[in-house]
Amino acid sequence: MRRLLLIAIPYVWLAALFLVPFAIVLKISLSDAAIAMPPYMPQFDWTEGIGAFLGELDFENFTFLIEDSLYWKSYLSSLQIATTSMLLTLLVGYPIAYGMARAPEEWRPTLMMLVILPFWTSFLIRVYAWKGILANEGFLNQFLMWTGIVSDPLQILNTTTAVYIGIVYTYLPFMILPIYAALDRMDDSLIEAAEDLGCSRMSAFWLVTVPLSKSGIIAGCFLVFIPAMGEFVIPSLLGGSDTLMIGKVLWEEFFSNRDWPVASAVAVILLMILVVPIVLFQRNQQKEQEADQ
Amino acid sequence: MAIPVFEPWNDPQAKPLIQFRNVTKRFGDFTAIDDLTIDIYEREFFALLGPSGCGKTTMMRMLAGFENPTEGKIFLAGQDIAPVPPNKRAVNMMFQSYALFPHLSVWENIAFGLKREGMPRNEINTRVEEMLRLTRLEKFARRKPHQISGGQRQRVALARSLAKAPKLLLLDEPLGALDRKLREETQFELMDIQEKTGTTFVIVTHDQEEAMTVASRVAVMDNGRVMQVATPADIYEAPNSVYVADFIGDVNLIEGPVTAIGDGTYALNWREGAAPLTAKSQNTFSDGQTAHLAIRPEKVTISAEKPEGVANAVQGKVLDIAYLGNLSTYHVELPTGDIIKAQTANTRRISRRAFTWEDTVWLSWTATGGVLLVD
Repeated sequence: MRRLLLIAIPYVWLAALFLVPFAIVLKISLSDAAIAMPPYMPQFDWTEGIGAFLGELDFENFTFLIEDSLYWKSYLSSLQIATTSMLLTLLVGYPIAYGMARAPEEWRPTLMMLVILPFWTSFLIRVYAWKGILANEGFLNQFLMWTGIVSDPLQILNTTTAVYIGIVYTYLPFMILPIYAALDRMDDSLIEAAEDLGCSRMSAFWLVTVPLSKSGIIAGCFLVFIPAMGEFVIPSLLGGSDTLMIGKVLWEEFFSNRDWPVASAVAVILLMILVVPIVLFQRNQQKEQEADQ
Repeated sequence: MAIPVFEPWNDPQAKPLIQFRNVTKRFGDFTAIDDLTIDIYEREFFALLGPSGCGKTTMMRMLAGFENPTEGKIFLAGQDIAPVPPNKRAVNMMFQSYALFPHLSVWENIAFGLKREGMPRNEINTRVEEMLRLTRLEKFARRKPHQISGGQRQRVALARSLAKAPKLLLLDEPLGALDRKLREETQFELMDIQEKTGTTFVIVTHDQEEAMTVASRVAVMDNGRVMQVATPADIYEAPNSVYVADFIGDVNLIEGPVTAIGDGTYALNWREGAAPLTAKSQNTFSDGQTAHLAIRPEKVTISAEKPEGVANAVQGKVLDIAYLGNLSTYHVELPTGDIIKAQTANTRRISRRAFTWEDTVWLSWTATGGVLLVD
């Protein structure tokens, strides 16, 4: 009985906070927009019964999403931006994690602190701060012009480049921490053993260090890719009008167009796209746990 | 037909494989190795023995190339190895933690070094199979290191380090993680493999029994210095210092001034009023010089009656008996308050033991039973 209760708690949690909201969103996505409060039809009515209610639901919104190229272009563009920024984050994050794992023992807590420290400030404020840095008259351009590298300010803000910078900056800790954890667990004598058996420093890195941090790399990539895919704040604050991201489209459908059914359909498809990497991520975590035992 | 004795260290013609020449290694202001000169010959099984922190691991790491000497030179086959990086040395190491690559199978672990050499595929196959046979691991070739037992992992580590047929194999506490029974078996296996492959082995250990069992010669180290380099028998029977005598095995140390009584024999006046002890010695002492008589417990005979015609006999009372199964060690307290340990083999069952607590007994030993050591 106690065991059942313990197992039940996470399921109740999941049902209340994920399944029920998802069911509501799914239902809205199958409804029609209406000028009402809430702005969609049909509403469930006890007098008409469940059959009549279900009869009014249809896939019209999903057909619309497929027909209008804006949506699938946004999905593709989001996929591309999420993938590129994931790779960029890996490129920046791996050396940092490697440096941290190789640093003297007494330095590591401090370095760890430095990685986590940005979380102490609001995410929104940090993204706004980037506006100040990247703007035409911002710090970066002022610095570049002062050193004489450029004569005219670079247009970075309101471009996709700014979105990449924002995503890499924001999600860097999610990449660093799992890789650091994997590298930290690694026995230093493995590198010495590889060198002893004829590896150069470089080939020891590729043949031993990288494969052994693979689980950390995979975890970090998913932790960056999954939220970056649906990112809304960064593209709307730093990106320009030509930066297409599905999160932004979703927001506009909900709040500018007040078309809740279409917005819900966008969200449902986004979720379906993300289920694949989420399942893969779970499998990776599980495999790693098994390897630890 | 006499089997030629393997003693290259006594042959002035023999060229040592490894030469340490006045090697000093400092880490900051800590001196790990202090002006060390040592020769190790080809096909030797050489043990570095000492307490932890004595510098034995540093010595091994210098041979492998992970550390470079602060002063002095190390020669491998006549060539100074200081500028050669670890991956270019004909030296392989078996790590204390085994350092097996967890993401590779047993087979791939053994093949790792061969692949780096760029050996052709079919030659790698033959060599790995050979190593698997040598270490009796054929059945486990496809397993990952975490799927095999500690003893098997130890053998994989050995196979991997032997695969490249190094001139010199370094073993860093190779048997430390194994339980006693397996360790003893593996010691003989190691000796067997060393003989079969003809590789020079240098083993680092803090376990004196292990060093004595496997090694052709043992270097006893303390605080970055080599105290004595000799065969296991010489280390045990003829230690050159009180430190070595005390470090290896059990020993009774009796201190006092000596007087020569001719023919290399000395009288040790160990206690006021007690009859002096006589001991033969290779070392010469001046009259009145303080010396230590080191005598192993098993060289001391214990008897109920005063034995006739022995060089040394003292009377005392049994204070303690340590029963070890095959042996018993008697702690005998002399009237002077000194305690001398005597060891006898338990050739009879315990119920028929001749002596028990509080018995008055005689201890005796010959003049050549112990060694006289300078202070």
